Amino acid sequence: MPLVHVSVCSHAPGITGRAHLADPAARDSLYDAFAGLRDRLEADRPDAVIVIAAEHFANFFMNNMPSFAIGMADRYEGPIEDPDWLGIARTDVPGDRDLSERLITEVMQTVDVSYAEEWKFDHGIMVPLHFLTPRFDVPVVPVNVNCQGPPLTPLHRALELGRALRRAADAVPERIALVATGGISHWPATPDSGRINEDWDRDFLDRWCRNDVPALLDYTDLDVYADAGQGGFEIRTFIAAAGAAEGSRGVVDLYLPIPIFAVGCTIARMELAAT
Amino acid sequence: MSLYQVQKFLYELNRSPELQERYRADRAAPLAGFDLTEEEVLALVTPDIGKLFHLGVNGQILMHFAAFHQIEWTDYLQLMRDGIAEHGPVREGVYAIAGYEGVDDHSAGLGQRSETGIGRSDGGA
Repeated sequence: MPLVHVSVCSHAPGITGRAHLADPAARDSLYDAFAGLRDRLEADRPDAVIVIAAEHFANFFMNNMPSFAIGMADRYEGPIEDPDWLGIARTDVPGDRDLSERLITEVMQTVDVSYAEEWKFDHGIMVPLHFLTPRFDVPVVPVNVNCQGPPLTPLHRALELGRALRRAADAVPERIALVATGGISHWPATPDSGRINEDWDRDFLDRWCRNDVPALLDYTDLDVYADAGQGGFEIRTFIAAAGAAEGSRGVVDLYLPIPIFAVGCTIARMELAAT
Repeated sequence: MSLYQVQKFLYELNRSPELQERYRADRAAPLAGFDLTEEEVLALVTPDIGKLFHLGVNGQILMHFAAFHQIEWTDYLQLMRDGIAEHGPVREGVYAIAGYEGVDDHSAGLGQRSETGIGRSDGGA
């Protein structure tokens, strides 16, 4: 059936792993916004959540780097990182192999994807789930977009993935939510960590909320790297979400730069047009 | 020898408790299966975070190696700055896309001050 929920959020590991170093008021604003999104997700009653993330060399490497990868398993585990480092205990996360296979089969009609029958979630998936499904009781369909090892997935292909996921969700009886994670401008794990290009972020979020496809695709990797850092490559996941919610407009619940978390912390969602 | 081989070792180390144990027991031994230069081997066994950053190791891979060696986050950031100061700009990889000029020049390019103050030449005052 039609997607019941489309949202986006930050996934920076500092959000949980360096929480004690943040200004408490800023951290609490972010955590409250995550709680608000969690409430909305629960109210939307998903049978499963597609999480579109940008992995960070946890499961996929340049020995065989997929442009797109979709999980197809009944269970996953995470975090793959040191739980003390991330601040999230290691846990099993349920999947739905049968649902994954049905979604993948439909997506493949227009977008060539890899699939993975095992996947150890890194912070890109675990940080959002920690806030949005804290009991880890909703089956997850993980989706990765290559935002890390050039040549990267082209932006227009990320949009097509979003359109394909929407079509795939339409074709199954389950209530499917879609959460895209990452971004926005950041220079992760480098000396520039903590630098945030707020103007760039706000401009990107404006394009996202208008679901303005030409504007969303109007970036080159070189410009993104210069203006928004390697972290800016992760706009691909947000673009996929926009593609999945084509025709709908977005609203930003929170945009708050928190340098010790390395990102302008973002919680936003699409107000899905009735279909 | 190649950045690919260095990163591949670190990628595998990051995700394998068994390889981590072998590395703890004898840092050089697990490197035998990789095609590495002496410079790369030295950087991986010391460990020399600054040198590895200069060589082009992606921070998403390097940060877990630093954490594995009990290096605190702010120390990790400083070690990378020190590596650029000592060895020069990042040699290859994603950070060499536009030429990594170092934090101060990058700051000037963006027209922004670093929010954290860490690594500023005035010591963050």
